[in-house]
Amino acid sequence: MTRGRRSAIPEWQAARLVAAHDETATARTLVFDIPGWPGHLAGQHVDVRVTAPDGYTASREYSIASGEVDAPPPDLPAMPDSGVNVELSVEELDDGEVSPYLVRGLEVGDHLEVRGPVGGYFVWQPSQTEPVQLIAGGSGVVPLMSMLRTHAAAGHPSPMRLLYSVRGPQFAFYAEELQRIAAASGGAVTVDYVYTRTAPAGADRSVGRLTLEELSTLALPASASPTTYLCGPNSFVESVSQWLLALGHPAECIFTERFGGA
Amino acid sequence: MGIFSPGFVGRRRDANPLLPPGQYEVTNFPVLSAGPTPKVTKDDWALSIRAQDGSVKAWNWATLMQNPIDDITVDLHCVTRWSQFGMGWRGVSLDHLFEGVDTSAQFAMASSYGGYTTNMQTTDLVGSKAWIAFQFDGEDLAPAHGGPARLLVPHLYLWKSAKWINRITLMDHHELGFWEQYGYHDIGDPWKEERYS
Ligand SMILES: Cc1cc2nc3c(=O)[nH]c(=O)nc-3n(C[C@H](O)[C@H](O)[C@H](O)COP(=O)(O)OP(=O)(O)OC[C@H]3O[C@@H](n4cnc5c(N)ncnc54)[C@H](O)[C@@H]3O)c2cc1C
Repeated sequence: MTRGRRSAIPEWQAARLVAAHDETATARTLVFDIPGWPGHLAGQHVDVRVTAPDGYTASREYSIASGEVDAPPPDLPAMPDSGVNVELSVEELDDGEVSPYLVRGLEVGDHLEVRGPVGGYFVWQPSQTEPVQLIAGGSGVVPLMSMLRTHAAAGHPSPMRLLYSVRGPQFAFYAEELQRIAAASGGAVTVDYVYTRTAPAGADRSVGRLTLEELSTLALPASASPTTYLCGPNSFVESVSQWLLALGHPAECIFTERFGGA
Repeated sequence: MGIFSPGFVGRRRDANPLLPPGQYEVTNFPVLSAGPTPKVTKDDWALSIRAQDGSVKAWNWATLMQNPIDDITVDLHCVTRWSQFGMGWRGVSLDHLFEGVDTSAQFAMASSYGGYTTNMQTTDLVGSKAWIAFQFDGEDLAPAHGGPARLLVPHLYLWKSAKWINRITLMDHHELGFWEQYGYHDIGDPWKEERYS
């Protein structure tokens, strides 16, 4: 198994919030400037640490939404405004400790610390030529968006399909950009939504959780020998990965990232 | 380092001396792994220990069960920052399985069904510190948690407790396991917060 870049994970680095926008009513996208950022691959995540004025800290992991960034040349000095932006998208959990602060508290100009990139396994690299199926549950779309952005930036010809399970259209991340990427891809990129609670008027599917039957029609079949990246809450990843095995996908072609929760 | 995030208060908990640095408590035993859960039945299951001299000791389910079985109550600490206290397991101490095996080799690699590996010091596996665990909370260990049997090394971060364990290899040379190759720590002591190398 050789995937990704292998190197020691750097120490905590200061990251300044340079832009932010609401992604949905319950989620926000945060753009950080991180001087000396070592670059990352699509699919990796960072550890985020926030510190209260009295020194109390809390850390959580967040996937990187922005596309792959090459490592800087080794002789480039770290600049205060490095121009390397790392984008995260955070869904607020009602009783959460860190996510409500990231979604509603942190303001442009404020700092927190990040450590990373972490995880060289759940990654997609433009050198891969096989068809790719991405499957997201809720905020699990974040690292898959990084893969789609990297694919789009490379003008990559191989098929990359996204199957995105989300509560309703108003909770979907990146809706417009996904539409744009698909439209500009010449058919290489497709996006399918599964709405679990509310559907737009005229939808041809009643709301409800993704089923094995739908997966068998909406995802690339095992006969196409795709690599499948699956990310979302634990229970979603667990059931969909078992279905993929049942549909004949070899275990080594299924990459999973579990965000936690039920 | 003087980087404060204005307005962050945090949901303070009473400082808990059982909690290693940077960890928070959960009560629901989350699942984390890099791929799908391999399906291994007790009938297919086998475990072997390969010593540095090439000699191999092996068990199937029935012969594993002939060993003394421990009830183990431990706190587990995952590198993704959750800790869970007082988890009740049943398993066979590796000390029994290592009987008659030369454990002087410094390095060990645990390998699992599905291809997962993780490296440790042999000293982390002997001396009543590590088990082959097959029950959790009074039930057979669920496949998602590593069933039918997993390694349990509670004094290290949980990625060292290889799920679906199949083989332990003792070695005189240093090799990195699956997550260790991606920058996770060689030793992984939660009390020293050895998350990354
Ligand atoms: C590798 C990785 C990448 C991640 N990437 C992202 C990302 O891109 N965007 C994002 O929004 N989140 C992501 N997460 C989840 C994130 O790390 C936090 O778990 C989440 O933001 C909750 O933190 P909190 O402090 O608000 O809640 P906590 O105070 O930790 O928990 C509050 C309550 O929510 C439950 N809970 C914890 N985590 C989750 C969860 N993920 N889903 C549902 N319930 C949960 C807890 O059991 C608890 O009851 C990722 C997690 C991992 C492991």
